[in-house]
Amino acid sequence: MIFFRRQVPLLITLITGLVFAAQYYVPHPASEQMLTSVTKWLQIISGFALVLGVSSLFHVHAIKIRRKEAGWGYSFVLYVSMLGTIAVGLWSNGKEAVDGTMTAFGWIYNFMMVPLQGTMFAILAFFIASAAYRSFRARSREAAVLLIAAMIVMMGRVPLGEYLIPISGDLSQWILNVLNASVRRAILIGVSLGTVALSIKIIFGMERSYLGGGKE
Amino acid sequence: MRAEGLRQNVLRAVLALATVMLGWQGLAHAQPDAQTKKTLSPPQDVRAFDTPSDGGGSLTVVWSPAPYDSAATRYQVLLSEGTTVPDLAAMKVVAEFPANQHYVRESKWPWWTRPATAEQHQFTLRNGRGVELKNGTTYSITVAAVLNDDRGIAQPVQATPQPNWMNWNQINNLVLALLFGGIVFYAISTARKREIFLRRIPGLDAVDEAIGRATELGKPILYLTGAHDMSDPSTIAAAVILGRVAKRTAAYETDLLVPHRDPITMAVCQEITKQAYLEAGKPDLYKEDSNFFITSDQFSYTAAVDGIMLRKKPAANFFMGAYFAEALLLTETGASTGAIQIAGTDSDHQLPFFVTTCDYTLIGEELYAASAYLSREPVQVGTLRGQDIGKALILGILGVGTILATLGVMLDVQWPQLFLDVFKDVK
Repeated sequence: MIFFRRQVPLLITLITGLVFAAQYYVPHPASEQMLTSVTKWLQIISGFALVLGVSSLFHVHAIKIRRKEAGWGYSFVLYVSMLGTIAVGLWSNGKEAVDGTMTAFGWIYNFMMVPLQGTMFAILAFFIASAAYRSFRARSREAAVLLIAAMIVMMGRVPLGEYLIPISGDLSQWILNVLNASVRRAILIGVSLGTVALSIKIIFGMERSYLGGGKE
Repeated sequence: MRAEGLRQNVLRAVLALATVMLGWQGLAHAQPDAQTKKTLSPPQDVRAFDTPSDGGGSLTVVWSPAPYDSAATRYQVLLSEGTTVPDLAAMKVVAEFPANQHYVRESKWPWWTRPATAEQHQFTLRNGRGVELKNGTTYSITVAAVLNDDRGIAQPVQATPQPNWMNWNQINNLVLALLFGGIVFYAISTARKREIFLRRIPGLDAVDEAIGRATELGKPILYLTGAHDMSDPSTIAAAVILGRVAKRTAAYETDLLVPHRDPITMAVCQEITKQAYLEAGKPDLYKEDSNFFITSDQFSYTAAVDGIMLRKKPAANFFMGAYFAEALLLTETGASTGAIQIAGTDSDHQLPFFVTTCDYTLIGEELYAASAYLSREPVQVGTLRGQDIGKALILGILGVGTILATLGVMLDVQWPQLFLDVFKDVK
């Protein structure tokens, strides 16, 4: 059994890793076709995996309801909304609109999901303000540098700021284009090398913990 | 009567003079055209061939520069299917551009795949915009030079588009990847023989502190693996670090909560966590539900995790992997609960938010270094050394490349390009 649990996945990883690394250098349509097919496989596997996810979700929240754990009411709401949406979705054939008329499923999506998502996203503005307030308190030298840089960039990015301090526009562009861009590129070079190194370790079986740990 | 006759003669003389003058002017205007007509010869040395290193459906034509190359003169690329061309004028014009454009030196070909010298003209025909090139079909292709009504057409040449099995333009990329791979293997073999120094990473030193604090407070640890699935290296790195963290939570007998956005990542992390508890000698403490799926939707997931933070008040929050707009929503909520927060991400656009709201942040490659730092295994540590050598090389190349590029511009010479091309389009 250890052969199927360890050696076979490692062999599959080695072969597919090498084949798809080589695929990058092969412009032939056959190579492109292979990549497209495998991408479709991934989508199909992801579709099946969703069943795994949903069953996990049901299981976790069923336990919470059964044990009446703190906040079990939320789990109940989740059950009702999920089953309700599935029922409505099946009834509407999974369509949001038929002949220009919105279905119940479309109504749930447009008038419940979208506003809720928008609300979550809108909270970000307040969170940015509170995070900025905490980090811009010049308690250390680094925080002071952050504060000064942020002030200059903010002044340079809004018309009123640039009107009051004309040089802030150029200064802000310089901070973004020179300081910021060079640091980002340095980070990206490091990330790229890290990605390649991790890929090499995975392809050649030196990193196996993603298979469930163990060193055998 | 005599005076009238004299006036008429003068008028005739003026008219004759004006006619002569106008005629001369007209001749003067026509003269250069006639001269140009004599000099506008057809483009020379026209060659057409299948565009190298591509997926087919493309032809390239090259020809020599001519004395009349200027913005006023235009080149036309003409195409017809088949090997014979009964009438040159009937060929289809598929491209037209000023004669001072489309030189080989302006193309993206590096020097080792250039089909002609830098000063020659080139044009690559591709499928689309009224051109349909079928692989395996022979086409006749030629170039015409056009100035006003004059047109010099070269003799057509034949070429057949074919798909290629190797992209030689990116051979530098392959060589550098192999070189880096070789460096990594060498560094691993060195690490097996002797100990390699690892600099301290405060964010990883704090892992034990965070788990210890959670144990003391009797509160759980929250670990997130990011927004991407297992095809992303940052998620794999996050899953690998989870194994190390889970081993310590098992040893300290602390609860671990790992909410997921991707079911496959959840399944992998379940296995990793189970193995970690086995290795820690606490298999009975492992809970199947410690890894659980929430949803793939970005903000629904964020709302759910924020809810978990506010209700369960974890003592330590780990944010590893790739993040987007949800990063600040998660970390700011975590900060409001007073938890120790450790983030690690290669999403450079979210780094400011993590640095602002978390106690420790693993920046970029530190996420990939975390596994080596926590395990201290020679393979992992050797890989880190390999990355460092790779970075030193890149730094050296950046320095040398900057000097050479500057010299190339200052001295107006082409030879620095030989070096710069080797490191061009490396991605």
